Amino acid sequence: MLKIQDLHASVNGAEILKGIDLDVAAGEIHAIMGPNGSGKSTLAQVLAGRESYAVTRGSVLFEGKDLLALPPEDRAREGVFLAFQYPVEIPGVSNVYFLKAALNGVRRHRGEPELDAIDFLAYVREKMKIVDMDESFLQRSVNEGFSGGEKKRNEIFQMAVLDPKLAILDETDSGLDIDALKIVASGVNAMRDKRRAIVVVTHYQRLLEYIVPDRVHVLADGRIVRSGDKSLALELEKKGYAWLEEGVAR
Amino acid sequence: MKTDTHRVEDLANREYKYGFVTDIESDAVPAGLSEETVRLISSKKNEPEFLLQWRLKALRHWQTLVEPTWANIHHPPIDYQQIVYYSAPRTQGGPKSLDEVDPQLLETYEKLGIPLSERAALAGIAVDAVFDSVSVATTFKDKLKSLGIVFGSFSEAVQEHPDLIEKYLGSVVPVTDNFFAALNSAVFSDGSFCYVPKGVRCPMELSTYFRINAAKTGQFERTLIIADEGAYVSYLEGCTAPMRDENQLHAAVVELIAHDDATIKYSTVQNWYPGDKQGRGGIYNFVTKRGKCAGFRSKISWTQVETGSPITWKYPSCILQGDESVGEFYSVALTNNRQQADTGTKMIHIGRDTKSTIVSKGISAGFGQNTYRGAVKVLAGAARARNYSQCDSMLLGDTCGAHTFPYIDVANATATVEHEASTSKIGEDQIFYFQQRGISKEDAVNMIVNGFCKEVFRELPMEFAVEAQKLLGVSLEGSVG
Repeated sequence: MLKIQDLHASVNGAEILKGIDLDVAAGEIHAIMGPNGSGKSTLAQVLAGRESYAVTRGSVLFEGKDLLALPPEDRAREGVFLAFQYPVEIPGVSNVYFLKAALNGVRRHRGEPELDAIDFLAYVREKMKIVDMDESFLQRSVNEGFSGGEKKRNEIFQMAVLDPKLAILDETDSGLDIDALKIVASGVNAMRDKRRAIVVVTHYQRLLEYIVPDRVHVLADGRIVRSGDKSLALELEKKGYAWLEEGVAR
Repeated sequence: MKTDTHRVEDLANREYKYGFVTDIESDAVPAGLSEETVRLISSKKNEPEFLLQWRLKALRHWQTLVEPTWANIHHPPIDYQQIVYYSAPRTQGGPKSLDEVDPQLLETYEKLGIPLSERAALAGIAVDAVFDSVSVATTFKDKLKSLGIVFGSFSEAVQEHPDLIEKYLGSVVPVTDNFFAALNSAVFSDGSFCYVPKGVRCPMELSTYFRINAAKTGQFERTLIIADEGAYVSYLEGCTAPMRDENQLHAAVVELIAHDDATIKYSTVQNWYPGDKQGRGGIYNFVTKRGKCAGFRSKISWTQVETGSPITWKYPSCILQGDESVGEFYSVALTNNRQQADTGTKMIHIGRDTKSTIVSKGISAGFGQNTYRGAVKVLAGAARARNYSQCDSMLLGDTCGAHTFPYIDVANATATVEHEASTSKIGEDQIFYFQQRGISKEDAVNMIVNGFCKEVFRELPMEFAVEAQKLLGVSLEGSVG
């Protein structure tokens, strides 16, 4: 589904990604781990199409299409979803209005009819159960005044509503207490599907106890330095990132 | 695209380019302003002597004044002696049919969902040649007449109800009020008049009729609305379509009078041609709007959506004279490209237990400059007066500006005055968030801006709230890179 080859990207002239190769197939969950500043979040942002990052080399194919040639909204409509590490607040725009615009944008792109208000509400109520959200939340402005945990849950809820083919979760575990972490993880697990690929970006192994990955990749200094199965995450937890960096950088 | 923009400009400024010398046949007076001009206008309109004298008084006062410079706006000097102060409306020079109208203008009407039947009138085609406005207006007027409501053009009212005109004209905005009001008083050509008698609730928004006739109102417009004891009227002025007009200067005056327990709701959607991206052309809008809550428990509510004009100078105000009277001002002002708006309100608390609310939303994009200027004045006798003001500014990009000048003057210790203000900017991260959810940049900006203006749109009559939202979208087109 996702094929990244020799991807280089920089921000303000500084190269952050220095040649990433990664294949993710439908139905798989991949975890991308690595120390702070290794380029994990940059990779997530580049895949979603953030303009401030410049791709200097390499290619990304999504279902055989050149993902990098598409503007961010078209990537989203094609089925790429990014759960943000820091979801931004949008004052004055209610969740329900925002989601309806988003979902109908995706549906139009797929050639499906738009949902009217009644069908949309029924659909959304169903999805709210996945992350245990209260209905009053729909009328609140997007992320405004939300706690850290609510923001992260909202990301997973939006993912459930938009039903993407590829979901990238950027540090979705950061700032969550254990109860919130479990809710978020069970939401993600509920969306495991053989048609869907999920890429989990995380600093800690903790999340991977709840969302068990098929593959684990370790990113250091803009490159994938090690790939393995879920046991790699445990090994990292024990030995720390310094163990890997020693082997690579020097 | 570039050439299209120029064509719109050409269309809007066709006459202006040649120094206001309009090529209208017999029914026009020569350019320039003198006593003779005023006498000529008055006699052409067959006005009673008191009105002529009133106009002359205004002219004499105007001649002693200079154009004010305190507003935060900049424009080339206006040569008042080059203006033609009276001409029969829409005689010549306009397009003959929709085929002759600039396609981009028509496209905008399409986007705004303006009914086909109204597009021609808005584009400046002589109204009577386009559709049967007379019959529409007549049906409407008969219904109002049966309730005792007087509603029609100002000229008609001068002929049919001179007593009402003499009693109320200038009672809220005197001829000596300010430079532009004095000018208007001397030379106003027409406008609207409405009188709602005691205890009558006007059953419809006075909007449709006005919209159809809006194209004829001209450059110096005069509006007078009176709600007698216990009456209610909701009046809507203007329309969301970009209005095409050859006149560069518009100086209108609106006066509202609410007696005991009466309510007047006055909504404006102003979308005069704003000039091109470089700030060339467009209609300067210098307006004096004021309402007097003369009676006990009376209420006047202003709602405005200002998106057009390169220059907007406008402060719809309330004089809260009656005890327990209420004044409201809800405003959205948008400036894009080189537009400048200096707008706000004055709330003057005279009576006891008077209450006022101000909600102002300013949006600046491109090189637009948006100024809120408001005054809250509580006089010594206004015991327990209350005011709440909220002024929010939103910036799109970093070449525009937002300015806030609130003046507060309280002379009664029992009064409560609150003022809140905020400035925000649409962030790149916010737009990216929308895009990542499959929503385009332009839709993202529209949704954010409309969310920002929600409190004001809520005050508009339903169908206009929808149009106003679309209008904001169209006005902001191209403002995000």
